[in-house]
Amino acid sequence: MAAKVDYKVIVGLEIHVHLATRTKMFCGCELVYGGSPNSRVCPVCLGMPGSLPVMNKQAYEFAVLTAMALNCEIARFTKWDRKGYYYPDLPKNYQISQYDLPLSHDGFIEIPLEDGSIKRVGIIRAHLEEDAGKNTHELGNFSAVDLNRAGAPLLEIVTAPDMNSASEVRQMAQELQRIVRYLGISEADMQKGHMRFEPNVNLHINKDGQTYKTAICEIKNLNSFRAIERSVEYEVHRQLDEFLETGRTMQIGNKRTYGWDDVNQTTVLQREKEEAHDYRYFPEPDLVPVEMDEAWFEQIKSRLGELPLQKQKRFVGEYGLSNYDASVLTADKATAEYFEKVVQAGADAKRTCNLITQTGQKLANQNNTTVDKLGISPQNLAKLAQMADKGQISATAAAQIFEKMSQQNADPEQIAKADNLLQNSDAGAIEAIVDQVLAENVDAVQEIVSKGKKAGKAQGFLMGQVIQKSKGQANPKVVAEILSRKLAQISS
Amino acid sequence: MLQGLNAIQLRNNIRDGQITSREAVEWTLERIANLDPGIGAYLSVFADKAMDQARVVDAKIAAGKPVGPLAGMPIAIKDNMCYVEGLTTCGSKILANFKPPYNAHAVEKLLAADAVIVGKTNMDEFAMGSSTENSGLQKTVNPWDTSRVPGGSSGGSAAAMAAGMCFAALGTDTGGSIRQPASLCGIVGLKPTYGRISRYGLVAYGSSLDQIGPLTSCVEDAALLLGVLAGHDERDSTSVDERMAPVPDYLGELGKPIDELKIAIVPELIDKAEASVRDAAKAALELYKKFGATLVEVQMPHFDYSIAAYYVIATAEASSNLARYDGCHYGYRSPHAHDYIEVYSKSRAEGFGAEVKRRIMLGTFALSSGYYDAYYLKALKVRNLIRQDYTNAFAKADCLMMPVAPTTAFKLGEKTDDPLQMYLADVYTIAVNLAGVPGVSIPCGFDEKRLPIGLQIIGPAFSEDKLLRIGRMFESKTDYHKQRPTLQG
Repeated sequence: MAAKVDYKVIVGLEIHVHLATRTKMFCGCELVYGGSPNSRVCPVCLGMPGSLPVMNKQAYEFAVLTAMALNCEIARFTKWDRKGYYYPDLPKNYQISQYDLPLSHDGFIEIPLEDGSIKRVGIIRAHLEEDAGKNTHELGNFSAVDLNRAGAPLLEIVTAPDMNSASEVRQMAQELQRIVRYLGISEADMQKGHMRFEPNVNLHINKDGQTYKTAICEIKNLNSFRAIERSVEYEVHRQLDEFLETGRTMQIGNKRTYGWDDVNQTTVLQREKEEAHDYRYFPEPDLVPVEMDEAWFEQIKSRLGELPLQKQKRFVGEYGLSNYDASVLTADKATAEYFEKVVQAGADAKRTCNLITQTGQKLANQNNTTVDKLGISPQNLAKLAQMADKGQISATAAAQIFEKMSQQNADPEQIAKADNLLQNSDAGAIEAIVDQVLAENVDAVQEIVSKGKKAGKAQGFLMGQVIQKSKGQANPKVVAEILSRKLAQISS
Repeated sequence: MLQGLNAIQLRNNIRDGQITSREAVEWTLERIANLDPGIGAYLSVFADKAMDQARVVDAKIAAGKPVGPLAGMPIAIKDNMCYVEGLTTCGSKILANFKPPYNAHAVEKLLAADAVIVGKTNMDEFAMGSSTENSGLQKTVNPWDTSRVPGGSSGGSAAAMAAGMCFAALGTDTGGSIRQPASLCGIVGLKPTYGRISRYGLVAYGSSLDQIGPLTSCVEDAALLLGVLAGHDERDSTSVDERMAPVPDYLGELGKPIDELKIAIVPELIDKAEASVRDAAKAALELYKKFGATLVEVQMPHFDYSIAAYYVIATAEASSNLARYDGCHYGYRSPHAHDYIEVYSKSRAEGFGAEVKRRIMLGTFALSSGYYDAYYLKALKVRNLIRQDYTNAFAKADCLMMPVAPTTAFKLGEKTDDPLQMYLADVYTIAVNLAGVPGVSIPCGFDEKRLPIGLQIIGPAFSEDKLLRIGRMFESKTDYHKQRPTLQG
């Protein structure tokens, strides 16, 4: 058995985010996913002879907005470059991208970790480029190219190698998703390929007083957060095993590319050596440089709004919520804003949080929507919260009323009355029922008074009898109080 | 009947009902049928479509409806501008079957002005060349001497004009490709300022240098065509905002001479041309002096580096622009390919001609990692210095004059084995493209073999109106532009 190995995991990410603009990056084709192959194309995104690109200003603004949210320096002068390589999904055999003057650089993202701490990950650069099309090889003895996606605007984000565990990588990805959704610049659905994460993983291994660095491996084909975490975990163990067996370390040019096999939950070698790519970058002569003046910069900045982590921290401070509750509420912007409207309408924050995160999100998930779109006005939900707080309804009844409200957005009090869900907290009336139950169940009372083995069970039975006799309307808290007082009187 | 009419005269006759557009088109088509087998100017002729267009114009005129400034006029366009009619080949086998699904901006402008497009003209493959001998599809000869080249790369357009097989033609100019064939064919050729005419739909060679322009029988016609073509187009990001550079009425003050005209010259540049060209240029300058112009000697210290800088920048851009011709999506695909790498390599090896391959390799090399700074970046710096040379010259004078080409039309095959000699044919024109400024070639004489000679007038950016006025001054006192070769059909 080998001695325990001391090592550190080093991960950086290359990220591509599809921007949800109205049209493609350099032409007027509407940006709609799907459609029959090669139906959403024009001479420009097909790379037809004579066609010319025109920059999509909305895409540029979306990219700058995201870079601002990632605390990046925003370049006031940028240009476009051609990156040359031959591949059938790339109609011009060059990609319009940004090489030495990206639109932003040197930022960071703060990630709330599950233990409540904050992890900061550096952003090296974020720039815009056009996406390629898609090759398929499953149609027969030939390959086919679908260029519907060609020319879609892509934001490429490169992080510093600041992540030190698989779970940090996954949480970084989730936080980025939360940010871009807050900004409304991308649907950020990993399954649909709106966001692509490519972790670059290696290890720093301490052995015999020396530090060994394993060869960097890039992982591709990750289409879920789970796959990100699993693949990095897998790669960490694979690299450790490989090092212990072969002593293989990082050398110039021995970076490898692995694909993630989701079925077998393993990484699969795709490319052994880093190919000596020469992209022959040069400035794109068909586009003019982009110059950003103060007015444009400020105009974009004004759209930034409160970012999710800021909101989460504020919810903890302002509403006294737990960090966990705050993170659940701020997972999407619409839910967070709905929560605040309900609280502003007079509801208790914690009660509102419970209603939303327990009942509300379950209903929302069932309807494939968010809580704010269940058709319940913040005023009505606030009223429901208040009724629960005052003990007018039980927690179970509150959930039932919540569900009814999502069907008809009626006043919760009317629903409670109509469905007989109002609780009785009238001590006098409840006392009368308690007395009746005690008189009818002498054996149970005896068991309690004599502190028998089944005393606890007997008290529960009496509770149930009272609630049942009240047709479920007696407030359990009041019943428990009166019942305990009466039993104590009998005992003494 | 129509011989000797310039475009404006023809247009006026059509508009006034003295002749129909149909008659003009029929006359032109007949002339093409008779003469072009011996010239080879046209790659395609759209007889039926042209007659349809002519009928539409005639009907408008008959109905008293307003017509465009090119009403009914038979025009030829170089085969690197996309036109939904027929094919757009760029003179290349790789695009020999390419049918574009859209019209170039310049073509749209012509059609909107009621022009009739009679056909598309031959050119050096992808506009790379100075003699049209690099066409992968056809040979074109000079109507003044059919053993000689028409110049290039817009040699088909120039030859069609000189032979009277159209009334105006469009060409493109990346390093002299309008001005040099215009000079060699004895007609007027205008390369406008970079950004004046949209490049949308022009198949790119060197994107930062390419510019569309007219080839015409006189300066007045060039002014008419430029007025139709110039202006902003949102589909070309490099097309100039008209708030920065409004499009003037080029015809408006065309006849008005420039008072106290100052002409910059670089004497040693003029002296470098062959004797007949040098003497014609000097004689032209003498005539301008008689108009009251003064000559100002200037220095162009970086002029000698223009060919070197051009062949780095243009080929670098071309290597990238031509990457798309890969046999995958359109154009020629090799029948001998077995996998996609072979689709690329064989389609390109079989589809491109030698000069295109040479330039793709040059450009690829110049952009390669480790060489970029030494070649491409340095060429960009030289380009800036050349621009500065022009700015300095224009600070002292209204325009700069020099020959268009160092020689008159040379023999077919004379330079095909020596690319460097061929490149030198553009020695006077290339720097203008690097600087992005406008230049016009006007006929200024003939050599002892009765081959035409051109004079080049160069001005600051967006000074086309002034350049054309300066050209018109010369034209109004000479008849070189009216002379035409004797042709046997």
